[in-house]
Amino acid sequence: MDRREFLGGSAALAGATAFPAIARAQDAELSFFYPVAVGGPITKLIDAYAAGFEKENPSIKLKPIYAGTYQETIVKALTAHKSGTPPVTSVLLSTDMFTLIDEEAIVPFDDFIKTEDDKKWLAGFYPGFMENSQTGGKTWGIPFQRSTIVLYWNKELFKEAGLDPEKPPQTWAEHLAFARKLTKRDASGNVTQWGTQIPSSGFPYWLFQALTTEADAILMNPTGDTTYYDKPGVVEALQYWVDLAQKYKVHPPGIVEWGTTPKDFFEKKVAMIWTTTGNLTNVRTNAKFPFGVAMLPAHKRRGSPTGGGNFYISKKATPAQQQAAFKFIKWITQPERAAQWSIDTGYVGVSKAAYETEAMKKYVAEFPPAAVARDQLEFAVAELSTHENQRVTKALNDGLQAALTGTKTPQKAMEDAQAEAERILKAYR
Amino acid sequence: MTNRATATIHGWLLLLPAMACLALFTHWPAVASFIESFYSTPKARRPARFVGLDNYQQMLADPIFWKALSNNLWFALGTIPTSIALALLMAVWVNDRIAGRTLVRMAYFTPTILPMIAVANIWLFFYTPQYGLLEQVTGLFGARSTNWLGSPDTALYAITIVAIWKEAGFFMIFYLAALQAIPPSLGEAAAIEGASRWTFFRRIQFPLLMPTTLFVLINAVINAFRMVDHIVVMTRGGPDNATTLLLYYIYQVGFGFWDTAYAATLTCVLLALLALVAFVQYGWLERRTHYQ
Repeated sequence: MDRREFLGGSAALAGATAFPAIARAQDAELSFFYPVAVGGPITKLIDAYAAGFEKENPSIKLKPIYAGTYQETIVKALTAHKSGTPPVTSVLLSTDMFTLIDEEAIVPFDDFIKTEDDKKWLAGFYPGFMENSQTGGKTWGIPFQRSTIVLYWNKELFKEAGLDPEKPPQTWAEHLAFARKLTKRDASGNVTQWGTQIPSSGFPYWLFQALTTEADAILMNPTGDTTYYDKPGVVEALQYWVDLAQKYKVHPPGIVEWGTTPKDFFEKKVAMIWTTTGNLTNVRTNAKFPFGVAMLPAHKRRGSPTGGGNFYISKKATPAQQQAAFKFIKWITQPERAAQWSIDTGYVGVSKAAYETEAMKKYVAEFPPAAVARDQLEFAVAELSTHENQRVTKALNDGLQAALTGTKTPQKAMEDAQAEAERILKAYR
Repeated sequence: MTNRATATIHGWLLLLPAMACLALFTHWPAVASFIESFYSTPKARRPARFVGLDNYQQMLADPIFWKALSNNLWFALGTIPTSIALALLMAVWVNDRIAGRTLVRMAYFTPTILPMIAVANIWLFFYTPQYGLLEQVTGLFGARSTNWLGSPDTALYAITIVAIWKEAGFFMIFYLAALQAIPPSLGEAAAIEGASRWTFFRRIQFPLLMPTTLFVLINAVINAFRMVDHIVVMTRGGPDNATTLLLYYIYQVGFGFWDTAYAATLTCVLLALLALVAFVQYGWLERRTHYQ
């Protein structure tokens, strides 16, 4: 490299560092961090949305930035927040709401809701999704890529076991009875096909929350400063899960990997799986047998937690940027776009109106399983979310894994988890 | 200005870019972590304040820290000697004139060039119960199905094996290079004297390889505390912290819990631990190493 080249390079570098400062002076530059958590050409879809939005709003320059997984995205967004130049808007887990409030990183949406149309738009989202988006009477997040847990079953294996292939289990008792019929053992007693499986690696709390909801127990209060891990309903739910594996031996023992669960299903090593609706397109493409999608079985009631990501607006952005971000969020969550997003990705459409669009009606008619997640929303509850969310959740995860691997009894595991959560949350009351 | 002074200034100027980078990205963060470990984690409404040794007390009372530390020691104990021994064995073998030598060398080196995240995803399916590769092999011998990554008794071993598999080929390359630097006349002399293959290895090759062994050992120790990529993919520290290593826990505390002060405290412990090991290796082992 000769000197001239070097100088040229330095100038370009200096220019590049100075550029954001200039750009920020024009108030309609809008940076937008988003994660990708499911398969498919998500980045391409987002870029297309951005281009569409810019065309309709030439004064706003939208810069979508792919930021990795959910975990990586919040790390980047919060680090940027602490250094003073956060993205104007980002899609982060709905459960990170309390963390973001505690870090004073976001502003509530209430100040932007002015017209009747705005109010109607906000009221249009499914209430199940809003539970994780509102606290203290304010709305902090807008649902975007949201999901719930559903049951997938293999109709072929149901038929082989003498079950009606069109009837998924409706209750816990039925779920257990079906699983017993669906578990196959070879001559030496080794299991060749499991009846059912609920993954427990990484974030077992999420799947567990389906069980606790069905047992009519709640895991935390709406203000996110108290957990109820050791309540009888919670212990009962864990006992059911542990019994499936250890007592009835119809569920693989130990920790079941989340990532390989769909593959286990494709390989016919398991007849029923519990996993996210986000896997719908994956299963549809890869299952070589007829399969069904159903709401999770009920115990005292039906239930599943919601999951997935919300839009947030940064507190450190200028008012003009925040206003532009609000405009974009409202634009992208309009029924037609929400419907298309749901069809393309497998995420649940976030509003009732999305399911009343022509495109969605046609899709559901062609592929009825797409409607199951929507129908289950009526019974959905807020995903576990508290102050110091990841730490409080880890206490529960550790307890669940201890019980599932047999190192602690469900009662003891949940008592320990509750004691740890209590220690962390005391400071927030 | 004298020649000597000019030379000194020149020397320092040449060192400056590297020094600046080191100071900025290595030394300063280490010092900053040390200072931060005596303060509380800053929150939006509560700025950091001096808390003395509180963070260290919290650490001593934290069962997950102790679990991570002991896991890490077992992990180190499992990976370091095995991967070095395996590397040496492979190097001595492929150093000989055998058929398909290049192919074998390449095969041994392949794990090193593959990205860890990709590799971990492949191993995830090796370890999968029922239809995973490992299960199919053990199944042939009629062994019972094992959930390798899903049971606290086997998860850490499973993780350790991946690390050994990944590292051994890398260390082999260093040994291979060193073996080829040993003059062939030594081997011929030993053959004339009638020394056995084992004596030749023990008395001549191994002592001459000591500088390489020291280098490899240092790398292996560092890696034992640095390699966590596959944990993120394969177990995320589970089940119930059975595979949580120190660095993974630091990441979790720092960027999952945002408890930066406590993460800094844990970082200091890790740094102190590595400094101690490096001190022992350079101070003691190096004096016993024979350089040509």
